[in-house]
Amino acid sequence: MLDSETNSATIADPKVVCRDVSVSYSGKQALFDIDLDIGSHQVTSLIGPSGCGKSTFLRCMNRMNDVIDGCVVTGSISVDGVEILDDEIDAVQLRRRVGMVFQKPNPFPKSIYDNIAYGPRIHGLVRGKDELDEVVQTSLERAGLWEEVKDRLLQPGTGLSGGQQQRLCIARAIAVRPDVILMDEPCSALDPIATARVEELIDELKRSYSIVIVTHSMQQAARVSQRTAFFHLGIVVEVGETEQIFTNPRDERTQGYITGRYG
Amino acid sequence: MTDREQSTGIAVDSAEVKHARKRYRAERRFRMYGVAAIAAAAGMLALLVISIVATGWTAFYQHSIALDVTFEAKVIDPKGGRDPSVLARADYRKLARASLRKLFPDVKKRGDKRKLYGLLSIGVDQQLAELVAADPSLIGQTRRVEIYASDDVDSFLKGFIDREAPESDRRIKDKEIAWLDKLETDGAITSHLNLRFWTKGDSREPELAGFWGAMVGSFLTLLVTLALSFPVGVLAATYLEEFAPKNRWTDIIEVSINNLAAVPSIVFGLLGLAVFLNFFGLPRSAPLVGGMVLALMTLPTIIIASRSALKAVPPSIREAAFGVGASELQVVTHHVVPLALPGILTGAIIGMARALGETAPLLMIGMVAFIVDIPGSVTDPATVMPVQIYLWADSPERAFVARTSAGVMALLGFLMLMNALAVILRKRFERRW
Repeated sequence: MLDSETNSATIADPKVVCRDVSVSYSGKQALFDIDLDIGSHQVTSLIGPSGCGKSTFLRCMNRMNDVIDGCVVTGSISVDGVEILDDEIDAVQLRRRVGMVFQKPNPFPKSIYDNIAYGPRIHGLVRGKDELDEVVQTSLERAGLWEEVKDRLLQPGTGLSGGQQQRLCIARAIAVRPDVILMDEPCSALDPIATARVEELIDELKRSYSIVIVTHSMQQAARVSQRTAFFHLGIVVEVGETEQIFTNPRDERTQGYITGRYG
Repeated sequence: MTDREQSTGIAVDSAEVKHARKRYRAERRFRMYGVAAIAAAAGMLALLVISIVATGWTAFYQHSIALDVTFEAKVIDPKGGRDPSVLARADYRKLARASLRKLFPDVKKRGDKRKLYGLLSIGVDQQLAELVAADPSLIGQTRRVEIYASDDVDSFLKGFIDREAPESDRRIKDKEIAWLDKLETDGAITSHLNLRFWTKGDSREPELAGFWGAMVGSFLTLLVTLALSFPVGVLAATYLEEFAPKNRWTDIIEVSINNLAAVPSIVFGLLGLAVFLNFFGLPRSAPLVGGMVLALMTLPTIIIASRSALKAVPPSIREAAFGVGASELQVVTHHVVPLALPGILTGAIIGMARALGETAPLLMIGMVAFIVDIPGSVTDPATVMPVQIYLWADSPERAFVARTSAGVMALLGFLMLMNALAVILRKRFERRW
């Protein structure tokens, strides 16, 4: 679908390789033959107007679309060379490797501690209370939340502010030691200060994880990502280095979107 | 209002202001209708409660006649063996009658004697037998015993029978009134709390009839209903809501459940009669079968309430759990069901409360029988509170009127208790998300 002259859909050292990915909801096709590579230890941002399929594509990478009735995903997605659309791959195991952070902060209505500890517990990643305590602490530290909540770990996670809740969700995602973290507009429900903190955190986390972020804010994409893919009407119009996309887009649709002519 | 007028410079009588006034009037009117509706409902409720309490409260106390009863050994235990079975079968009525005759020696005629004896409850023999069984050393002694007055005497003493009415219209005749007046002046008539009402089973005699048998029957029946309908209902709701594919079959099932919820309860009773009694041969009049029938009736209510509670759990919680790699079952059991629990419990308790007040289906499976014994297990014959009320309401004796209302009060008390429990559970398990 993409011609290699205008696009660099493939890269040298990909973490996730997507080829010919098509998605349809109850017969209505939402994505058409997407080819895209996700680089390891970098941030890839997916931008595009509402309804262009970027969130749908994101949810293919941890098979979150499985739980939607009537959703059919075809093509090939491999993480570290393993085909994940294969029926033999357990979606539950996959989601431990490919974590997800959602648009609206959605901590469980449980204590802060239990929010983090839930994933390691159900996957049997830890033995004993001490080890679990350690995982909770390191996850919260990495999410930059430890100092704020260390004295109230047993209070409900829903009692935190919006920005803190979103960082709690990020801490929850990294507590199961994933390789890839998918973020679906993680800052859209946050104020600018909380957004800045989450962006700092994303920058920090890319050292350890490969991150894919869907965002409506082009500034955010420019700030946090190294690679950017522009989606429009279910196809990838253009993908490349973030700097190149924003300074020198090759496709005029990309040009139009980033200059705010539509979207 | 004046501020706004000044700042915007709108004239007081402009069309706009008039229109606004009209809107406020409409709003006030609407509120008044609402208050009137609530006042009407509250008034009717108060009327109901007052009328029930006014007729029923007299059932909570009872009159007795104190007599010096001589426990003659030759009547109770002629052989002197003190064998409990002999003691239980002795003719105690004779003893009570003897002491009555001693009080009124000039009553000689046969018919008068019968009337005199009729002042006492038929339960006198049982009452004395219980005393002797508890303490056999009474035999040979004379004791003052408070013996239940018969229901007519009790009604008379409570003022339900007008002594000025023509004798032929009275169930208590002039002679009896004279005897009672004498007993009254002797201080032999006592009134006390009607403990029998809370501790005994049904009886043909109002003064002996108790509600406890029906309460135990209701409890056992509801136990069976809860044990059957709660797990089945919650599992069905969870499966339909969380796991089942959405297709024509699940649509048909959903419509059927909604229809079942609207089926008249007597139909479930007929089903129970045909299937549980006639086909499976389960015991008649048993709380087991009553509970099964009520479980069938309650199931749709629980399923519908549980499904809407499950539906109300925000999808973001499901996504969060899926996102960290919880399996479908873990998402449901760790997150969705606990969050839906207050709603599920409320639905279940409201279903139970409805089952508690249900009469019609139980008539069909024989729980309307006259049962004196307190049921000890779910297979013993039993009746339930609303059926007991129905039975008493159907009885001709004057004293059953008060007992019917007393039974209604007890039933309403339990219903209020259950609804309070629903509120408490809801508050306790409610969590923010």
